[in-house]
Amino acid sequence: MNIPLLFFTEGEKGIVNTIMGGQKIHKRLFEMGLNTGSEVQVIKNDAGPIIISLGGCKVALGRGLAQKIIMSRG
Amino acid sequence: MKTIALVGNPNSGKTTIFNALTGANQHVGNWPGVTVEKKEGVLTFQKEKYRIVDLPGTYSLGAYSEDEMVARDFILIDQPDVVINVVDATNIERNLYLTTQLLEMGTKVIVALNMMDEAEGKKIRIDVEKLSKGLGIPVVPTIASKKNGIEKLIEKSIETINKKQSFQNKIRYGKEIEEQIEIVKELLDSLSLNTKYPYEWLALKLLENDSYIHEMIRNGAESKILGRVQESIDQVAATMMEPELIIVDKRYEFIRHVVKESVKKPNEEVVTKSDRIDKILTHKWLGLPIFALIMLIVYQLTFTIGQDLFGEMVAGGMEVLGEKVALLLINANAPELLVAFISDGLFGGVGAVLEFVPLIMVMYFFIGILEDSGYMARAAYVMDRIMRSLGLHGKTFISMLVGVGCNVPGIMATRTLDSKKDRMIAMLINPFISCGARLPIYLVFIAAFFPKHGGLVLFSLYVFGFLIALLMGKIFSKTLFKGETSYFIMELPPYRMPTIKGILLHMWDKVSSFLKRAGTVIFTVVTILWVLSVLPYGVEPHSSASILGRIGSFIAPIFKPAGFGTWQASVGLFAGIVAKEAVVATLGMVYAGVEEGPGLIMAIQEAFTPLTAVSFMVMTLLYTPCAAVIGTIRRETNSRKWAIFTALYTFLVGWIAAVLIFQVGRFFGLS
Repeated sequence: MNIPLLFFTEGEKGIVNTIMGGQKIHKRLFEMGLNTGSEVQVIKNDAGPIIISLGGCKVALGRGLAQKIIMSRG
Repeated sequence: MKTIALVGNPNSGKTTIFNALTGANQHVGNWPGVTVEKKEGVLTFQKEKYRIVDLPGTYSLGAYSEDEMVARDFILIDQPDVVINVVDATNIERNLYLTTQLLEMGTKVIVALNMMDEAEGKKIRIDVEKLSKGLGIPVVPTIASKKNGIEKLIEKSIETINKKQSFQNKIRYGKEIEEQIEIVKELLDSLSLNTKYPYEWLALKLLENDSYIHEMIRNGAESKILGRVQESIDQVAATMMEPELIIVDKRYEFIRHVVKESVKKPNEEVVTKSDRIDKILTHKWLGLPIFALIMLIVYQLTFTIGQDLFGEMVAGGMEVLGEKVALLLINANAPELLVAFISDGLFGGVGAVLEFVPLIMVMYFFIGILEDSGYMARAAYVMDRIMRSLGLHGKTFISMLVGVGCNVPGIMATRTLDSKKDRMIAMLINPFISCGARLPIYLVFIAAFFPKHGGLVLFSLYVFGFLIALLMGKIFSKTLFKGETSYFIMELPPYRMPTIKGILLHMWDKVSSFLKRAGTVIFTVVTILWVLSVLPYGVEPHSSASILGRIGSFIAPIFKPAGFGTWQASVGLFAGIVAKEAVVATLGMVYAGVEEGPGLIMAIQEAFTPLTAVSFMVMTLLYTPCAAVIGTIRRETNSRKWAIFTALYTFLVGWIAAVLIFQVGRFFGLS
């Protein structure tokens, strides 16, 4: 089932399926290592930006951006 | 001299490796034409000297930012003899993305696989041999913070320099793309382009829709080939997807393939100390109060150690030295005017600035700890919620924190903001962040009126500056720059123990530039003002009858509603537009005739009241930034209009705030 990263709860893992939005966002995310097929775990999802663990490093993503990252539950 | 360039992601430990290679033998400047910081040093190994160039930390070598452009132009055009690519072993996939772009450039590159100890702590096992084979380039494991592997890294670099051939790019982009690369490359071959870029790389970049390369070709004589390039792009896009996305994907495919062979990660990620610290420091409710507390402690400690302990030692030393020199000159029958210039102008003026060197050192010491430990990124994270609600980007806050040191790097730090709107706002509000040069002004006034509550007064001033900046930011985002959404994405590096060496180097960097300014700009300003304050000949020096006094008296009425409409205060503020350090220097000089000894503070106690001291401090906090900052805004916005706008609106804001404080304070019976 594919849902936006925004709706993942803390501790949940998933795989990036598609990224919505323009090519600029696409490329920026790709460079940070957030490309189709990469495994992501949500570490924190409360009021501020979402914190995810991505290949061993932590990345903070704005909530708007997290809505554009469509994940499949892993 | 052979050149070794360092490239790597932010937080990969690149600076630590640079420090390990060069020691204190380094200097910081700017890349020509841009405001990106350029760090260079010299490494001596087996009696041979090597030039080490530290390129800006980037995730990629595209055309997004000046940082990336500087790094890639240096590699392609200046052609260093070898590039050391610093890779964070704990996060190898993402770091290798930059490596793939280096491979594409066909440059000689070796990988410094850094932070091996942290990787071990996370139970990540890396087969260095296999990694090196997969990438097709040498890989040297290092722990830069402990200087492990540095020797080996140097040896490998030199070995690579002496090799004839560069490395082969082993990335496969797929048949469709490779065909098109070949076509475009042949097209380029048939033309005589005036460029130093390799054609294969150019072809790849053209297909990748690299805006800078497209622009370059368009402006060149051979712009007609762009039509053919577009054909290639369309052809691929019709059957698959945009070539630029395919190319990025293929780079990652290559990385995944290499990593699969050489890196073993535990299935369950180890909960690190960093994670546990983060639980508290980025906590929903606790995060903000903790951040405020940390900053308060930093300011309080800065004040106690930097001012009370060391500052007064320097001040005492300067005083004794000043008297000795004056006595020496008098005994040597030096002209009276020279003696006056040296004792009032130099020791009273420039000397007053030097007293604050210890304080600035301590301040940067703490900022260095916050930066190197990884806390700064958390501060931006914690602040993002508030910033969002004001219509600002979380990273704006980082540029503000950097501005505490100096607004020039603060404004340059806004480059990390992707959207133009966010960036413009961040630049325009940065001058309200109180920089290190404004610190001495507060200190003099605090010493005169609020010696018991120094840390608190100082902290309140900084907070006030931040609040005004945020308020103006909100106003700007609602009026001048409407619309445009932007995204927040930022890496949170793991917490690290800062190294003493790294912090000391960082501190020395800032202090030496402060000293340089004290020796040049401030010296010049003080000299000119001193001359103006003793002319015309025969007038009582430093009096309102002097030229300086008359200029000051002319401006002074503007500041009357704010409570400090004296010619001395006006001249001080005037000097502050050249350089903020010059305010204290100028006050020191124009008041120097009044009293002997700790004359400045006593003179200020006479000339000001607690209330006017506060309104004057607020004025200096907010009014027009120094010439260097205005120049930076002019350069970064590429517009004279915005530079002038900033100079004027900040003055207005400062004046209004100072007047309000004085008038409201007086209304309530304060003095």
